[in-house]
Amino acid sequence: MDQFEFIIEVSIENKPAARDPVAETIKRDLIAKKGYDMVSNVRSGQYLRINIVAENESKAKEIVTKMCNDLRIFNPVTQNLTILNVNQK
Amino acid sequence: MKPKIAVLMFPGSNCDLDTIHVLKNVIKVDTDLIWHNNFRETDYDGVILPGGFAFGDYLRAGIIAAHSPAIEQAQVMLKDGRPVIGICNGFQILTEAQFLPGALLQNDSLRFVCKWVNLVVENNKTAFSNKMNKGDVIDIPIAHGEGRFFTDNLKELEENDQIVFRYSDKMGNSTEEYNPNGSLDNIAGVCNLERNCIGLMPHPERASEAILSPKSTEHGKLFFDSMIDYIFRRVLK
Repeated sequence: MDQFEFIIEVSIENKPAARDPVAETIKRDLIAKKGYDMVSNVRSGQYLRINIVAENESKAKEIVTKMCNDLRIFNPVTQNLTILNVNQK
Repeated sequence: MKPKIAVLMFPGSNCDLDTIHVLKNVIKVDTDLIWHNNFRETDYDGVILPGGFAFGDYLRAGIIAAHSPAIEQAQVMLKDGRPVIGICNGFQILTEAQFLPGALLQNDSLRFVCKWVNLVVENNKTAFSNKMNKGDVIDIPIAHGEGRFFTDNLKELEENDQIVFRYSDKMGNSTEEYNPNGSLDNIAGVCNLERNCIGLMPHPERASEAILSPKSTEHGKLFFDSMIDYIFRRVLK
């Protein structure tokens, strides 16, 4: 079967119940102080860009999701993982 | 038989020698400092994961070390009831390895916190707190950037009596004012269901000699005395 290379972008951020002091500081001490009152919330996180070879897009997403769960690349106690984007290279 | 203890060394550990000093010269127990790749559980009655850092703490503090072969060895000890303790970075490793519940997030102040604090003993039935009384107040220092304990299941921890220590004032009252890092419910240390594994952010090895303590206390010794007592009662019996 043909194999294709995909680039999968993943974000990891704290669950809503876990405070995010990095984002709180960005919002309180930078954004709010510089007059951007229209900004109501900020959350920080980590971003990973993963190159992967697979048969198709759904298989690529499945492997990345399983890998991130099995290896605890995100910590399910405190964090949520979101696949932001999948592009074929 | 005499107990034999292993203190693991990961790339970045920096409280390993302090811990070895206390075990050998204060507690006076046979102890080896072991590079993580050389650790064989069959040689030891208990294991200590010391403070510091591990593998640069990339991704999250403790996660890379949690996947190391040394943790597989420690898991064998955990399962047959031998005592396992994680101090500071060791606590982070043990939560990432899922030996212990919860996780440790960046301090809410976003600053490294280094100071003496008080802990109140909430559970004295563990392998590392059996020489204490419930409600005792412990003098001990903390030194960490990522020590904010978090769990999405606090109720279960309370019901199972897995909260071993809380940050408190000198009378043992756990109030927000005496919470140094934003930990949920002032939690400083937790144990597993079997009570043979605990993790805590404070450093008992820095509080085991009167000369090091601002109040001339030696409360850190109680953790290691508890471990040795547990080994005599439960491991070498």
